[in-house]
Amino acid sequence: MTVAETGQPRVRVKPPRDTGQHDAGWVTYLVISLVTLGSVFPLYYTIVMASHTNAEMSSANPPWVPSTSLFSNIKAALAIAPLNKGLLNSLVVSSVVTLGTVALCTLAGFAFAKLRFRGSNLLLAICIGTMMVPMQMGVIPLYMLMARLGLAGHLSAVILPTLVTAFGVFFMRQYISSAVPDELIEAAYIDGAGPFRVFWSVVVPAVRPAMAVLAMLTFLMSWNDFFWPIIVLSSQNPTVQVSFQSLATGYAPQQSIIMAGTIYGTVPVLVVFALLGRQIVGGIMQGAVKG
Amino acid sequence: MTLASDTALDAPSAASGTPARRRRRSAGGLPGSRVGYVYVLPFFLVFAAFSVYPWLDTAWVSLHDVRLSTYHHQTWIGLANYRDLFTNPYFWNAFRNTFTIGVISTIPQLVMALGIAHLLNYRLRGRTFFRVAILMPYATSLAAATVIFLELFDTRLGLVNWALHLVHLPTVDWQGSKWPAQVAVSTIITWRWTGYNALIYLAGMQAIDPSLYDAAAVDGASRWRQFVHITIPGLRPTILFTIVVSTIGAAQIFGEPLLYHNGKADGGTQGQYQTLGLLMYQQGWVNDRLGLASATAWTMFVIILLAVVANLLFARWRTVRELR
Repeated sequence: MTVAETGQPRVRVKPPRDTGQHDAGWVTYLVISLVTLGSVFPLYYTIVMASHTNAEMSSANPPWVPSTSLFSNIKAALAIAPLNKGLLNSLVVSSVVTLGTVALCTLAGFAFAKLRFRGSNLLLAICIGTMMVPMQMGVIPLYMLMARLGLAGHLSAVILPTLVTAFGVFFMRQYISSAVPDELIEAAYIDGAGPFRVFWSVVVPAVRPAMAVLAMLTFLMSWNDFFWPIIVLSSQNPTVQVSFQSLATGYAPQQSIIMAGTIYGTVPVLVVFALLGRQIVGGIMQGAVKG
Repeated sequence: MTLASDTALDAPSAASGTPARRRRRSAGGLPGSRVGYVYVLPFFLVFAAFSVYPWLDTAWVSLHDVRLSTYHHQTWIGLANYRDLFTNPYFWNAFRNTFTIGVISTIPQLVMALGIAHLLNYRLRGRTFFRVAILMPYATSLAAATVIFLELFDTRLGLVNWALHLVHLPTVDWQGSKWPAQVAVSTIITWRWTGYNALIYLAGMQAIDPSLYDAAAVDGASRWRQFVHITIPGLRPTILFTIVVSTIGAAQIFGEPLLYHNGKADGGTQGQYQTLGLLMYQQGWVNDRLGLASATAWTMFVIILLAVVANLLFARWRTVRELR
């Protein structure tokens, strides 16, 4: 039974117009191409820098196309910074955080959207209000707390605080409100299903797209997080972002080697992004005008 | 990240029986579900343990002299940390830098994002390609982007100075001098976030009723006038939202200036791009003055609150002025 079969859903989400008013003229194409170039060029040039030797890079006419020294540069970078460990750690942290966030935020979002319990609006308001508070506000006691729990330097210290996020709760609440009609829930309820059964068999199948979007955004946020990991992790057990710091602070830093390390640590997420880019773009745009 | 949040917050939960035709979304659902508390519990547990407790404890620590090594022997010193902070030139330097870097990185970014969104709203071939490409910087981490731009802005070997030299302009010391360094740090932030904000604006533009444009076109309004009188007013809530989010983000800038000086927490040789977020880190983890760092954190929070309230008041004042 799909959402479409259930009479009239109360909220009709209008598909966004995907085309503007007018066909684009050549000026538009030109400007958009320049903007695209500005967005992609630094990444392209990183590859150029990473694949030349330092001597080639410091010549009077810098090269514009990639060359052949990439692998030797990456090897040198791996000797300086624990990038492989960083990548593995980042993968563990981001995966666990994503799983936890999607599961727990969907559950909480469902409660806020479809369950009636006293004080739910107040709790939701508190939840939204927390998005304004900077990470810096709690970082010192949080660090001490982790040290007391014996977790400083451990990945769990990075995972725990972001296991469920206010943004995620709010995002799922908005989507569940509009995508799951109440009739569907009532029908399941009349059939004798309990709240969790309704959640599991009715809500989750209906909001899979939003869960996928939240998963992608959460993974990206967690992967790119810098402030808290750099405080709580040591450079011996870093996430990939923290291991970038070891690159630049190494003895006699060399441009080519630093760039090779940066590319090595960044390419995985950029490849995933290029494959899922369409969905991520859709997710960001959906998140901007939901409800 | 939504704008239409108010619908939920001002809709009273209709606990009155079961009217046959409910008009409000939030009135549906399962009656009397105490289990709702259980479902939102994980969020509030994590929130209480890793947010509320640390926030309150930060306030407590800010009234003490505290060292990392002797965290449990806190000496009560009242408001002395705040007094030290507000009489300290480093604080005011960081305060000014946070403001200027915030302005240099936010205003051009949002203006460009608006223009890009407008262009992306035309009927384009390869629409998806362009959208994904301008979002690439957003997928690049802060750390990687800073390391990359540090090389591009390298005073001796960087591409930026090479290009300046090519067109016979004087080269610039992008690290040592004040304004160029702040511009370079701001460029990193602008590069990473412009595409993201353009997509937010684009989504807002596509939610504007197309018949408004048709009517304006019939009345003979030019494209530019349509943009000024339909697009911009239609986007007002979205614009306010991005300004508020950018303000909150700008007040916390930390990673870019840290890595721009190769991981040193001093914000440049003369602290010329030292920000409040970085100053707090330096006080706490380099100078071992946790009480002072906590006072800085609370001060930052108050500054953010004031900045957000100022934004909202300004928006209201604009609206009221236009209604007259």
